[in-house]
Amino acid sequence: MADTDHSPAQSPLLAEDEPTRRDVILVAAAGFAAVGAAAALWPLLDQMNPDQSALSVATTELDLADVDPGQAITVMWRGKPIFVRHRTDEEIAAAKAVPVDDLPDALARNANLPDDAPATDENRTTKGHEGFLIMIGICTHLGCIPKGQAPGDNKGDYDGWFCPCHGSQYDTAGRIRKGPAPQNLAIPPYAYTSDTKVKIG
Amino acid sequence: MAHASSYQPTSSFGQWLDARLPVGRVMHDQFMTFPTPRNLNYWWTFGGILTFMLAVQIATGVVLAMHYVPTPEGAFDSVETIMRDVNWGWLLRYSHAVGGSMFFLAAYIHTFRGLYYGSYKAPREVLWILGVLILLLMIATAFMGYSLVWGQMSFWAVTVITNLFSSLDAVIPGLGTKLVQWIWGGFAVGAPTLNRLFSLHYLFPFLIAGVVVLHIWALHVPGNNNPTGIDVKGPRDTVPFHPYYTIKDGFALLMFVLLFAVLLFYAPNLLGHSDNYIPANPLQTPPHIVPEWYFLPFYAVLRAIPNKLMGVIALISSIAILFFVPWLDTSKVRSTRYRPIYKWFFWVFVVTAIVLGYLGSQPPEGWYLIFGRIFTAYYFLFFLVVMPVVGLLEKPAKLPGSITESVLGPDEPLPLSVPKARQREQVL
Repeated sequence: MADTDHSPAQSPLLAEDEPTRRDVILVAAAGFAAVGAAAALWPLLDQMNPDQSALSVATTELDLADVDPGQAITVMWRGKPIFVRHRTDEEIAAAKAVPVDDLPDALARNANLPDDAPATDENRTTKGHEGFLIMIGICTHLGCIPKGQAPGDNKGDYDGWFCPCHGSQYDTAGRIRKGPAPQNLAIPPYAYTSDTKVKIG
Repeated sequence: MAHASSYQPTSSFGQWLDARLPVGRVMHDQFMTFPTPRNLNYWWTFGGILTFMLAVQIATGVVLAMHYVPTPEGAFDSVETIMRDVNWGWLLRYSHAVGGSMFFLAAYIHTFRGLYYGSYKAPREVLWILGVLILLLMIATAFMGYSLVWGQMSFWAVTVITNLFSSLDAVIPGLGTKLVQWIWGGFAVGAPTLNRLFSLHYLFPFLIAGVVVLHIWALHVPGNNNPTGIDVKGPRDTVPFHPYYTIKDGFALLMFVLLFAVLLFYAPNLLGHSDNYIPANPLQTPPHIVPEWYFLPFYAVLRAIPNKLMGVIALISSIAILFFVPWLDTSKVRSTRYRPIYKWFFWVFVVTAIVLGYLGSQPPEGWYLIFGRIFTAYYFLFFLVVMPVVGLLEKPAKLPGSITESVLGPDEPLPLSVPKARQREQVL
């Protein structure tokens, strides 16, 4: 704007690019309203998260005494299927023979071990109980239940588990070997309470 | 299209209301005298058909909700109770289920109509974007509705599709898992999941209805596109919406409802999967999970990509890319009728969409997977390369001088006996 001649009394009103007291009040009020709206929105969103009954830690106990080598059982824990397979010596040997570097997912994904534990066969089971592989039976791709628990099932090229949805194949240590799944089958938190009894959760 | 209002309420109540809430005037101007290009073909009747189908789905859905029980124990049985015990329940439920298929059939024809005739080009970009938004809302609504049956396919479709979000774990570890558990309300698909899907399935159709109002509003600002793609140049190029297009739309709707009735009464389960008559079992995945037919092309795109996160991104992109079509197409003419080169690419794209649908229904292995990848590649190349490049290189065929010329020929005068409604229109 061109330099205009005006009286000194008018100049504070005409300085339009200077923030005024009214601007400050406006921004403060809008900011206050925004924070209030966000705070009011939070309960509406958070109500969808798992509720207290779902969060209360559920545990499942099982007895492995009757599961012979070569057999597999499925139990439920927190609404998820848990695969338990009593592996034969050949199956253990096959799993041990694979170098960890050759695996698509080199991490053990074992809730009982540190997050960065490598996916060796030892890290997928518990010391002294290498025969028993205990895993969450949910494909890490899109959540289907892989085949391989029942005797007649297709166990895939690696004699472990085969997911019928999109063709992911797991080996005898439940590690992803082929197909779209990004991770090894997860191992839930569990502990042996005696030689044959296991508590999951 | 802006045009002078010819509404003249005759009754004193009509005049009283018109001065206070001119709803009658809006209806009269927008749906009776609205100037509409005189050359619209039957591909233009699907907008009306879609409005009808939305009304059918809301009407049948509201009454089905009076009998449905949204719990894992009650859902499947309540659907069977509707089929066997509720008065007319079989008709209401089959209308709703087959109606979903008919709704998508009409929506896809309507979308391809817009693609072929360039109805997304200026000044109709917002109209097109609102349409894509409606399609997205329809997809979400149909997915949630299918889950409510709580059969094997319902349950595993919910499991697989909600797990798509867990792919975000590859971006920020834990984010995807957190998000999926938020969607589920638990650590697996269960009672809280079903209940919220029911709540949202009831809400979304009303969101669709709201966007439909905006869609029609955005249509009535520039007015209809037409098969020539050229602009209306004067009153000679248009006819009033009523009676010309109310009759044409009405006849097309009748034919469409005839097809609806054939499916509804003679083959209500033709388009559904028989596995969804097995109650949901969280411990057993069906050997072959397939979505409903209207999702198959997108499912084929998802499975064509071997990486989980990239597959999900491709799936979302295959729909979201439609938002950008108005700016991807560089052609100066709207209608594919006058685009000798693009025409071929367009029809290959139509075939691609159909073939992807077939591949989506087959197991993702061997040749199915290889063809899935080839056709997925063309799907995206069509938008990202063909649309911008062909538009620049191609020399369009000669356009007719006007809409009227395209109908009556260059030198034909107006017919001597002009219908009354047309005479009035020309005065305006």
